Amino acid sequence: MTLPLVVRKSLRHHALSTAITALSIGLAGALLMSIWVIKTQSHETFTNFDGGFDAVVGARSSKLQLVLNAIFHLEASPANIEWKDYASLTNHPGVEFAVPIAMGDNYRGFRIVGTLPDMLTRSEYAEGKRFRVRSPGRVFDIALREAVVGSFVAQKLGLKRGDKFHPYHGLNFNEEHQHEEEYVVVGILEPSNTPADRVIWIPLEGVQKMTGHAVEAAQQISAVLVRLRNPIAGQMLDMQLNRKDTRLTFAWPIGTVMSDLLSKISWFDRVLALVAYLVAVVAAGSILASIYNSMNERRRQIAVLRALGARRTFVSASIVLEAIAIAAIGTVLAFVVYAAITFGAASVIQAQTGVVIDAWRFHPVMLWAPLGLIALAALAGLVPAMKAYRVDVAENLAPSQ
Amino acid sequence: MPLLEISSLKKSFRGPDGLQLIVDVPRLELAEKAQIALAGESGSGKTTLLHLIAGILAPDGGSIKLNGGELATLSEGERDRMRAQNIGYIFQTFNLLPGYTCLENVLLGMSFGPGTDRAFAEQLLRRVGLGDRLHHYPRQLSTGQQQRVAVARALANRPKLVLADEPTGNLDHANAREALKLIREACCENGAALLLVSHDRDTLAGFESVVQLADINLAARRIAA
Repeated sequence: MTLPLVVRKSLRHHALSTAITALSIGLAGALLMSIWVIKTQSHETFTNFDGGFDAVVGARSSKLQLVLNAIFHLEASPANIEWKDYASLTNHPGVEFAVPIAMGDNYRGFRIVGTLPDMLTRSEYAEGKRFRVRSPGRVFDIALREAVVGSFVAQKLGLKRGDKFHPYHGLNFNEEHQHEEEYVVVGILEPSNTPADRVIWIPLEGVQKMTGHAVEAAQQISAVLVRLRNPIAGQMLDMQLNRKDTRLTFAWPIGTVMSDLLSKISWFDRVLALVAYLVAVVAAGSILASIYNSMNERRRQIAVLRALGARRTFVSASIVLEAIAIAAIGTVLAFVVYAAITFGAASVIQAQTGVVIDAWRFHPVMLWAPLGLIALAALAGLVPAMKAYRVDVAENLAPSQ
Repeated sequence: MPLLEISSLKKSFRGPDGLQLIVDVPRLELAEKAQIALAGESGSGKTTLLHLIAGILAPDGGSIKLNGGELATLSEGERDRMRAQNIGYIFQTFNLLPGYTCLENVLLGMSFGPGTDRAFAEQLLRRVGLGDRLHHYPRQLSTGQQQRVAVARALANRPKLVLADEPTGNLDHANAREALKLIREACCENGAALLLVSHDRDTLAGFESVVQLADINLAARRIAA
């Protein structure tokens, strides 16, 4: 009972420095946890998400650009390909299922993608998961100017079934580039936590034949999303389209394309991790400094405790425990700050990419970061604890001595 | 058998002029429940002698027996335990811990020895007239009241020996007389012997047994010479 009392009293007596050092530990812990969780989950999502397809076929360009454009709806389309390319893919024996997409328009900054109803009804964006249109509602009719709106777009723009809108030309919103055609919303997608939530889906022909688009666009598409029957088919198409043909690019497998990108930018993760480690060390150093600097003031109290019978190990333990307590308070704060950082970052990531970060999904960093910081604080506490251990009782009992 | 038995006790400190013998006590005894005052001027080694008896300092040589047990040969940890269980210490400057209430200060006095006994701590504070100040902090008390808390704390571990180092040095005349009376009565009631050191004549006047430190501390005699 005495040790916790002594520690509690000391924390209270040094309330300001306790609060500041605990906050610095909190920031360090939050930074460590949020960097790891955001990094891990975004890596997982970007490398595991393929929208239910194995490959993307598009105009000759980088595979990465194709995947980002067709799967994540991020980049601009490199160029268009011909309808006959899509037709030949659908007839390929290794292709189980192919869906054409056409892009080039937006509505208030959200991308409009022309496709076939199969995209929303047949493809599985994840194992056993298909897109579902909120009831009442339905998928667009390919012969009509109808649209199905992703859940995030509907929420952001307040679109609902029956609403009408005019598409705007280009992928970036410019009020001067409004198309004449008017589309009516016939369905809102249930949230899928995928990039599809950030898209407005309309019939393929709607994009192909939009007024103002080039005449040849009527027979062109931006890319084809392909589901293969087996990996051998992928190797066949890789040979056929990437090595023998020069017009097309076959981006396969989608996950590998994304992990190649992420491994290229992994240095950035390492820099962030290094910064977080440094912050943790500085935070532990601040505990050391704050306790160490107060040692002169503590000498008298230590001498009195010793005169009352406290052992050297008791006063040393009280200092280490105080450092641990500061770190423990800091780790509680770390979870609060972590929640703020991660929810903020998650909403930005979702708005920009459609990828959803689950801040409270367990990650080992939620265990090792707080425990590591507490261990680091205990280590930092050892220095002033050694000083406390050496306090001369007789010299420090009276102020005049 | 005396409660405290000191023989050939020596303690030196290294100063600017080299090693200086501060305590050189050939013999000193204190019976159980006895009350002795040691009279001595500043620098006569009073506090050092008390620190040696309390085990705060280790002697260079000689023997200190408390209740039959030899202190001089104990390790520091063993001396800490002995002090926590057998000795109460009253300081001139009270040495109350400012962040602790009166009750907490008294509880601390017993926590390293026999263990905390809240009822006994409250009883001691009531005995010294602070029953209504249990949860006050030292800064909220007068100097006299602070000294009374220090007395209660010194008795908290039910010590066999209370050491009082100039306990009235920081008090005015009236408070000093009252504090001394309280210390002596409280020691009697709790069966503790009292060894008080002071240079104040009024304080010493109340004791039947007053020992001049210069008479027992050969080093003090040499320093004075």
